[in-house]
Amino acid sequence: MKKKMSASSIVVYILCVIFAITIVVPVGWVFLASIKENSEFYGNPWALPKGFYFQNFIDAFEKANMGAYFVNSIMITALALIILLVVALPAAYVLARYKFKGSKFLNTAFMAGLFINVNYIVVPIFLMLVEGDKFLKKVFNVQFLINNRFMVALILASTALPFTIYLLSGFFVSIPKDYEEAAYVDGSGYFNTMVKIMMPMARPSIITVILFNFLSFWNEYIISMTLLTKQEYKTLPVGLMQLMQAQKAAANYGRLYAGLIIVMVPTLLLYIAVQKKLLEGMSLGGLKG
Amino acid sequence: MRQQKDRTGFIAACVLPATILFIIFMIIPTINVFRMSLYKWGGYSNNKQFVGFNNFKILMNDQKFLRSFQNTVLLIVLVTIITLFFALFFAAVLSREKLKGSSLFRVIFYIPNILSVVVISAIFSAIYDPNNGLLNSVLSIFRGKDASPILWLGNQSIVIYSVLIAMVWQAIGYYMVMYMASMTSVPESLYESANLEGASKLTQFFSITLPLIWTNIRTTVTFFIISNINISFLIVRAMTNGGPDGSTEVFLSYMYGQAYTNSSYGYGMAIGVVVFIFSFGLSAIVNYVTKREPLEF
Repeated sequence: MKKKMSASSIVVYILCVIFAITIVVPVGWVFLASIKENSEFYGNPWALPKGFYFQNFIDAFEKANMGAYFVNSIMITALALIILLVVALPAAYVLARYKFKGSKFLNTAFMAGLFINVNYIVVPIFLMLVEGDKFLKKVFNVQFLINNRFMVALILASTALPFTIYLLSGFFVSIPKDYEEAAYVDGSGYFNTMVKIMMPMARPSIITVILFNFLSFWNEYIISMTLLTKQEYKTLPVGLMQLMQAQKAAANYGRLYAGLIIVMVPTLLLYIAVQKKLLEGMSLGGLKG
Repeated sequence: MRQQKDRTGFIAACVLPATILFIIFMIIPTINVFRMSLYKWGGYSNNKQFVGFNNFKILMNDQKFLRSFQNTVLLIVLVTIITLFFALFFAAVLSREKLKGSSLFRVIFYIPNILSVVVISAIFSAIYDPNNGLLNSVLSIFRGKDASPILWLGNQSIVIYSVLIAMVWQAIGYYMVMYMASMTSVPESLYESANLEGASKLTQFFSITLPLIWTNIRTTVTFFIISNINISFLIVRAMTNGGPDGSTEVFLSYMYGQAYTNSSYGYGMAIGVVVFIFSFGLSAIVNYVTKREPLEF
């Protein structure tokens, strides 16, 4: 039986299409703008690019340093993810499955941590590192806390701990006790049981954790902007902000949109590859700062 | 006995690293926000001066702070209402109606959420550009070619709404996916019997869907308050930097500006404390007001 579309569902459909257009068109426009020559930006913004002006990307990579920032972003994101997993996985597992003195308190503390947002504490963190550097300078004559990519990765990982532990514990709690008991009977130690039996089972949750945190680490800019002041250490989003400011002053459009593409494409590619997992993961524990 | 020792050692080895990092980089800085708000401190210099609640007294008469307060409240209220409306609408439509391409819509609607706030700000700067921007060029079809361009980011009375639109744009997809998750768990049989009784789609939405996902909506409203305070800061910082002339200054951008650019750390942290208390208080009030007996299905 074929049904004709009712008037209300046509309206609904149109509204969906309109919202989709407001997303697809600006994002697609940036792709076209990134291969336009600077002179093409005066006049009708809807004009198609005259040719493929790849120089924008070369300029962005070399003159605007985006190439170096790209490397920094990859380093910091990868390092932060590794630290986060190494630290959060065992903690989440133990907090979810072992009762010990203070376990309840720790669980509550990490839950409360969900409400502490990076934006509030970035200034105290900065000051703490500055003080630390002063102290190191006095005692050992070195300072390495500010302008240190490893420190930024460590801080990013630390501030992601509450959310990650919350999400992973939620999974670990749901596994029946039998698995561990069987493992202990077989003579498997605590550590072995965790790594060989529990962690493989948690793979879907671990993937969700990696996806969400990859996006937030890659896109983050407040911490890296505050803690990495030297040009050679900056990350992509911070570099993009510099390009935005440069464009206001010098009207250098092509370079800005090429930079935009460089920041955006890795997340878009990842999203296209895993959108199903990501959207499903949202229902696992949707929470964001 | 040895078994017991092993167990303790294992637990400590697993929990300690996370706890230590959590204490150093989250707990101590949070305590410092509160502690430093009681000092007059330039940050780099060592002469901290204890001033008690003086920073807060100054704050109450600081016109710029009051302005950022107004802007933040405006954004929280409007962004929450508009986003909630659209997110619920699209979630209901995409999960209930058998629209052609509904999974594609879902994928597209979520895209803004995976973009960096800096990317979003740059895109909206291109849209709002007065001379070569996308928005003014579309509007010129209706307003005529020679109409003077609207300064979306330059006009003090418009700019806050320009920021608002960017915030709604980036938030709809995220909340939509969250509502969709809970809407799909509402049993189909309820809608079938409602259909038999001839209830309209709208009635079904208000008397079945909405009450059943109420708990979920309540949780997200708390998210809305907290995340609007944060996202407004991130967007404002990247897009307008509080300008023009403080007309888009929000809570945290003013705090960051005072603490970091203006080097009045103590004063900045006092702002942080007020925002902290404000967001918790507002969340608690909203939580209390929206309390209903949870419905089971």
